[in-house]
Amino acid sequence: MSPQVALQILSGLGMTLAVTALSLVFGAVAGLPLVAARRSSWPPLALAARALIDVVRAIPPITWLFMIFFGLPTIGVNLEPLPAAVAGFSVIASAYFAEMYRSGLLGVERGQWEAATALGMSRWTQLRCIVGPQAFKILLPATAAYAIALIKDSALASTIGVQDITYQAGLASRQTHEGLLAFAIAGAIYIAVSVPLALAARRVDAGLRQRLEVAA
Amino acid sequence: MSDWLTWLPQMLPGLRVSILLTALCLALGLPLGLVLALAVQTRSRLVRVVALVVVEIGRGLPALVLLYLLYFGLPEVGVTLSAFVTAVISLAWTTGAYSSELFRSGLGAVPHGQREAAAVCGLTGWTAMRHVILPQALRISVPPLSGLSVTIFQASSLAFVIAVPELMSRAYAVGSTSFRYLSVFALTAVLYGLVTVAALALVGLLERRLSRHL
Repeated sequence: MSPQVALQILSGLGMTLAVTALSLVFGAVAGLPLVAARRSSWPPLALAARALIDVVRAIPPITWLFMIFFGLPTIGVNLEPLPAAVAGFSVIASAYFAEMYRSGLLGVERGQWEAATALGMSRWTQLRCIVGPQAFKILLPATAAYAIALIKDSALASTIGVQDITYQAGLASRQTHEGLLAFAIAGAIYIAVSVPLALAARRVDAGLRQRLEVAA
Repeated sequence: MSDWLTWLPQMLPGLRVSILLTALCLALGLPLGLVLALAVQTRSRLVRVVALVVVEIGRGLPALVLLYLLYFGLPEVGVTLSAFVTAVISLAWTTGAYSSELFRSGLGAVPHGQREAAAVCGLTGWTAMRHVILPQALRISVPPLSGLSVTIFQASSLAFVIAVPELMSRAYAVGSTSFRYLSVFALTAVLYGLVTVAALALVGLLERRLSRHL
């Protein structure tokens, strides 16, 4: 296999990172109203949010992607591969983020809310200044782990034509008939990308732990 | 929605294949995971390194890439297997890699005193492992393993890309002849969703039953 072909596979890295990053951002944002609904004191809304989160997570990612890419055109919504992939992964990510936000908030002991109320803070200020930062510290490792998992899940985007690492490896495999080498290179790239992310996440987590450690 | 009823007879065999694929992967992958979990802790350096490589490849590669790797790669080294068998091997590898981490946590969660007490009773090595440590470790690991099993069921949908006639491929076939893609994939989503929800409910029951005596 020539170096050009190997570089061609590497060129898919941009698309892989784009799909992952965009889906993480949209998912993180969309997860906020979801978790707010889930924690609402009005039962129908809370139940509806919970059902929505469970349904989204019960459907395989590839089915979501195919529903959006092949299904939406039948009702007139035509999406290019990249937007379709980002839309699909964002929907799934928002459900997972909602759950992570929820565990983060649940992980902060009730005493913090009560103390903040006793100090006369509004609920929004409580969330923003007291409980939020503590919840953030709890959910950071989970978010990092999810981001790394999403990089791998993004490989599915190749099935709807996004020209990511897996897509390029498939092309190279068909052109050079060296499928083993092509996908081995692709796999190595995925592993090479996950490792620095995992290390960085651990550093940030340790740094946060030092600064936000609450006196027991 | 009456279309759904006409499509069901074509799609249900695909669901059967998906479930069969999942069952085989779990039957092969979970024991593999246990073996790997034990292997990464042995004293033999060679066994440890081999086990670590197997786990890191299974966990580090996207399941789809591993699937393609085996599907295109195995014939190049002379091994020709059917798409279904390749899918089973690939997903079992992925299952084994992820479950080995869960088994490791389970083994680590067994109180160290158990090992000491077993030694005091004259049980050492494999006997202690088999009669004292493993039963407790497995009990602790059952909830996360069940979650993993449900994930593997969803991952079985990947076998579609190497032409295994499971649920997604049946759905796609119906879609390409009827062009009612949204409706077909919505039905597919419902089928996956129902099985997943049912499986998770069973898992919840299992968890409650197991934690009764903990």
